Amino acid sequence: MWDYTDKVKDHFLHPRNVGEVENPDAIGEIGSLACGDALRLTFKLDENKRIEDIKFQTFGCASAIASSSALTEIAKGMTLEEAEKISNQDLAEFLGGLPEEKMHCSVMGKEALEAAIANYRGEEAVKEDFEIVCKCFGVTDKEIERVAKENDLTSLEQITDFTKAGGGCQACHPKIEAILTNLWGKKPVEPAEKSVPAGQKLTNLQKIRLIQETLEREILPPIRSDGGDLELIDISGDTIYVALRGSCSFCPQSQFTLKNFVEAKLREFVSPDLVVEEVKG
Amino acid sequence: MKTIYLDNNATTRTAPEVVETMLPFFSDLYGNASSMHSFGGQVGKHIASAREQVAALIGAHPSEIIFTSCGTESNNAAIMGTLYSYPEKKHVVICRVEHPAVLNVGHHLQARGYRVTELGVDHAGNLLLDELRAALKDDTALVSIMTANNETGVLFPVDEIAAICKERGIPFHTDAVQAVGKIPMDMRKSPFDLLSLSGHKLHAPKGIGALYIRKGTKFSPFLIGGHQEGGRRGGTENVPYIVGLGRAAEFVTAHMEEENTRVRALRDRLESELIQRIPNTLINGDPLNRLPNTSNISFEYIEGESILMLLNEEGICASSGSACTSGSLQPSHVLRAMGVPFTAAHGSVRFSLSIYNDDADIDHVIKVMPPIIERIREMSPFWKDFQAGKPPSSFLTGGDVEHHVHG
Repeated sequence: MWDYTDKVKDHFLHPRNVGEVENPDAIGEIGSLACGDALRLTFKLDENKRIEDIKFQTFGCASAIASSSALTEIAKGMTLEEAEKISNQDLAEFLGGLPEEKMHCSVMGKEALEAAIANYRGEEAVKEDFEIVCKCFGVTDKEIERVAKENDLTSLEQITDFTKAGGGCQACHPKIEAILTNLWGKKPVEPAEKSVPAGQKLTNLQKIRLIQETLEREILPPIRSDGGDLELIDISGDTIYVALRGSCSFCPQSQFTLKNFVEAKLREFVSPDLVVEEVKG
Repeated sequence: MKTIYLDNNATTRTAPEVVETMLPFFSDLYGNASSMHSFGGQVGKHIASAREQVAALIGAHPSEIIFTSCGTESNNAAIMGTLYSYPEKKHVVICRVEHPAVLNVGHHLQARGYRVTELGVDHAGNLLLDELRAALKDDTALVSIMTANNETGVLFPVDEIAAICKERGIPFHTDAVQAVGKIPMDMRKSPFDLLSLSGHKLHAPKGIGALYIRKGTKFSPFLIGGHQEGGRRGGTENVPYIVGLGRAAEFVTAHMEEENTRVRALRDRLESELIQRIPNTLINGDPLNRLPNTSNISFEYIEGESILMLLNEEGICASSGSACTSGSLQPSHVLRAMGVPFTAAHGSVRFSLSIYNDDADIDHVIKVMPPIIERIREMSPFWKDFQAGKPPSSFLTGGDVEHHVHG
């Protein structure tokens, strides 16, 4: 059972401002049924352009409902400029904290408010160039970057807790890692278990064996669990030729996986000079 | 407030009779059955009679029963113990709706070079038998299919599966953790090679299980150690719990008929009343082919954790297949494998009864459930849209991620 604070329980059992504002000035919708939570926010401004009335409808768990309720309580009476500054941490703090795995509920609240404000201003909610990274939950690279920055998130698990990205099929894990690396720089690489002391040159036989071992242990299991497969075709100097099989062979993301996952792992465990090339057929 | 416990597929109340039987083994009778002195040796007699009791529950010979620490250990031992015995065979068949104690063993094996076939189920949760026939290969080391699903209660045609495997000479294991104690099982009639059962699902305490290994079945120990359990499972016997499991086996045998008449009637009444009183309510799983105690109901357009929290306020214990309750972000793998739509999968509630439930329990649930569902639906944007007859928007269906991106 989740360890919810009394404030979360209170806002779940007695949610404030449930419903839909009549003739609203703005409407913001975020989430979906497939994702497991969704929020529709409506508000109306008074003559001083302050939020006079704000209501929510939420499909989701106790913390999603409590976060929505908290959002309406905080935003009421604010100007849009003030409301824009509400962060997901503000919502979580208002509720006395949320379980880490439920932080995405507070992010959803913030996003619904943003969507509603954008709607009021007649803007498209999504105006930047973006790429959908997590296809299971429809999370973009921009969203991951922003939430990571705002909450100082450094690990994949945290990204999943806060945005849900990566919580489904896990195919996007290498991409999320790449976004984090891009944002925070290279993680201090933990001294990987190396069969050969650093600085010592591998013999060809050692290298081939190490490449095969790394493929079997580190690389193939996650790829196979996604229905894909990869075959080692040849090794020439520092170039490794592989062929993609199974669902990888027609996956548009396979080039990304090849460079950012397969090559990265081989460089980590075998040699930093390795290059992976795909052989068709 | 009275607790109304309807989560018996998660765990059951330890029967007071069972507790009483166990107590002396925590105090006076603390000896080790392997000792050479009669003080320890007398404990061995109690283990032997517990073995007889458990064997009797499933129509087995006592020598075919080994005690384990839980259902998960039994499942792990059955699968790994068989694979160790057939090192040249690299293929395993399981089912997509298995309990994690089998499913994740499958994933573990897959990551270590085994080929694992996961059989599918249809919309009613019934196993696709034709897939099984096609899946069996010359190097199939084991088929492991559950007897009854823990979430829906749906029963699988394990006798037929076992017969098909036998024809091909492939060992068959069934995870019968949810079935044993609820429906009659008889190893003299069912040609299973291995069967896992768990104590705490049948009114024994947590921390004890058993594995049935048919005489003549190849098996290498999974837990390697001393000579206990005929050399098939090392570790000093957990005497109080073994004795408790033995007593529980007798207890559920005595109540088997009640489970299949009175408890079944309670479940059926709960289900039909809820469907009648609450619109947009669906039963998950083949209603004609289920355990007598289990009901998995979906309340459309709302989310399961909210339902459980409000039921909790009423003292009612149930569980849900929603994403939020699992700690993962996706709804139950069982409901997804059945193709239950998202409108329903997130709002599923499992009630699982036992002989300790009575009419008053069911009356209370029937009374409080409609207002609880209404209250949560009042908050749901999807329910509002549905009621207003609005065509499903992309926001609602979420079928196309391009339209509901978190930007």
